[in-house]
Amino acid sequence: MSRLQWGYALLVVVGLAAPFFVYPVFAMNVLCLALFASAFNLLLGYSGLLSFGHAAFLGAAGYITLQVMRVWGFPIELGILAGTAAALTLGLLFGVLAIRRSGIYFAMITLGFAQMVYFLILQMPWTGGEDGLQGVARGKLLGIISLQGNLPMYYFVYAVFLAGFWIIHRTIHSPFGHVLRAIHENEPRAISLGYDVDRYKLLAFVISAGLSGLAGSMKALVFQSATLSDVHWHRSGTVVLMTLLGGLGTPIGPSVGALLVASLENYLASYGSWVSVLTGGVFILCVLAFRRGIVGEIRALVKRSF
Amino acid sequence: MIQALTGQLLIGLINGSFYALLSLGLAIIFGLLGVVNFAHGAQYMLGAFVAWMAMQYLHIDYWWALILTPLAVGLFGMLLERLMLRRLYRLDPLYGLLLTFGVALVLEGVFQNAFGISGNSYPVPELLQGGTNLGFMYLPKYRVWVVIVSIVVCFSSWFVIEKTRLGSYLRAGTENPALLQAFGVNVPLMLTLTYGFGVALAAFAGVMAAPIYQVTPLMGSGVIMVVFAVVVIGGMGSIAGSIVTGLGLGLIEGLTKFFYAPASDVIVFVVMALVLLVRPAGLFGRQH
Repeated sequence: MSRLQWGYALLVVVGLAAPFFVYPVFAMNVLCLALFASAFNLLLGYSGLLSFGHAAFLGAAGYITLQVMRVWGFPIELGILAGTAAALTLGLLFGVLAIRRSGIYFAMITLGFAQMVYFLILQMPWTGGEDGLQGVARGKLLGIISLQGNLPMYYFVYAVFLAGFWIIHRTIHSPFGHVLRAIHENEPRAISLGYDVDRYKLLAFVISAGLSGLAGSMKALVFQSATLSDVHWHRSGTVVLMTLLGGLGTPIGPSVGALLVASLENYLASYGSWVSVLTGGVFILCVLAFRRGIVGEIRALVKRSF
Repeated sequence: MIQALTGQLLIGLINGSFYALLSLGLAIIFGLLGVVNFAHGAQYMLGAFVAWMAMQYLHIDYWWALILTPLAVGLFGMLLERLMLRRLYRLDPLYGLLLTFGVALVLEGVFQNAFGISGNSYPVPELLQGGTNLGFMYLPKYRVWVVIVSIVVCFSSWFVIEKTRLGSYLRAGTENPALLQAFGVNVPLMLTLTYGFGVALAAFAGVMAAPIYQVTPLMGSGVIMVVFAVVVIGGMGSIAGSIVTGLGLGLIEGLTKFFYAPASDVIVFVVMALVLLVRPAGLFGRQH
């Protein structure tokens, strides 16, 4: 095995042992956010598209999952599927429109669409307004294994996370992923080589939206509730922060960032809006002094010293 | 019936005036610095709050606040440009957006800690209290003042940028800063001043808004999303375009509130989607 594979194996073991050392719900939250940030990184880190509206996919999927399980009595698997499918559809809709502009306009457009989703969820009759959807039972996996306990749920979330991470890994290293990186680095050249750039970008956007939706469905199941805070633009901002802090365009950077940001939110929860000040401060620091992120810096350090 | 409609249209016109003022500032900053100033909403909030604090603690009245607040907040903006934004000019413009996003979070958080999220009201200045009854509608004086002043400010900014020598430097800086510098113009200073001016415009809008809306730490973040949509719809290339789009969208919002109120929060984004379908570069923009 190569050094990289050893690293991955170590991380898998850490993930398996995690619920015995930290509070499982916290660990599950980190995993969901890590999947969310990794999906976001596929877009920003590898395709150079900054979406400022990814919370829409995370949040909407959570609402759909809980709603179909609560009202139509869908089993958990179909609930997750429905949430993810909703995020994919939203991603396709927004993507088709947002792809028409690039750079900062792309960011502003996605932000606008996400705000639209926020208002729709706030106002629709079935979403519970400010309260959100509360107290939906997790149900049984395959109709056999009850996920009501935190430990079985943790391993289910962990399995989904690994699957999502693997999909992202495969996407990045596929020919498709290489074309994405080529577009990121030199779009005119990619066009002149005959690639239909818009289609590649759209597909990347849809994959990223779908995986964000998967993360959102899982997150809603973990907490058994879907709330407005997951559709809010603050959430779209924190996913950028996780990715940036951990390391843009590195495979595990976003997960590291998710761990840090989730810890920050968790331990400072009682300090109210100081979380926002601190988040903003870390943002400024990252952009000014620390653009490669933690994993990026470590990588550069290792490269320099060997 | 007609009273309700004209009432909503007036509110729409007022909102539109603020959209126009704010998107003008955004367009000026973006034109020269290439930075999307996410903190624009927070700086608008800062303007309203500084005016409110000046009234509360120092007994500075509205008229002085209207002059002093934009100066103070504009100075803060120049400091921000000197210390932080300046380092990002050679990088991807996305970093400017992210930096100013961080600044917005910090500003909002600090004010939320200090003043909570409930609103503070700012009195309408004595001279502009009351209003006239036009028979079919009641016209408060202060609102007329807001619409007139913002149109005057927008128009004079447009005039300065498009028709004067100073404006020609600005436009030249947008096209080719290196060449402008070679002609002996101090471009870095110009960038600082431009950012300061854009921020001052936001603060000015904030002071104007203080007597109409509640002064709250979060008053800017809702507005800035709409202003971004306005910018996408109008295209940032043209100053006149952003003014017209701002006012127009305010009116559309007002009409929506009258005909189908629940849609009024999302109508701007729906218009944005339609414009992207039909004219991806924006109504007044040029496709690069």
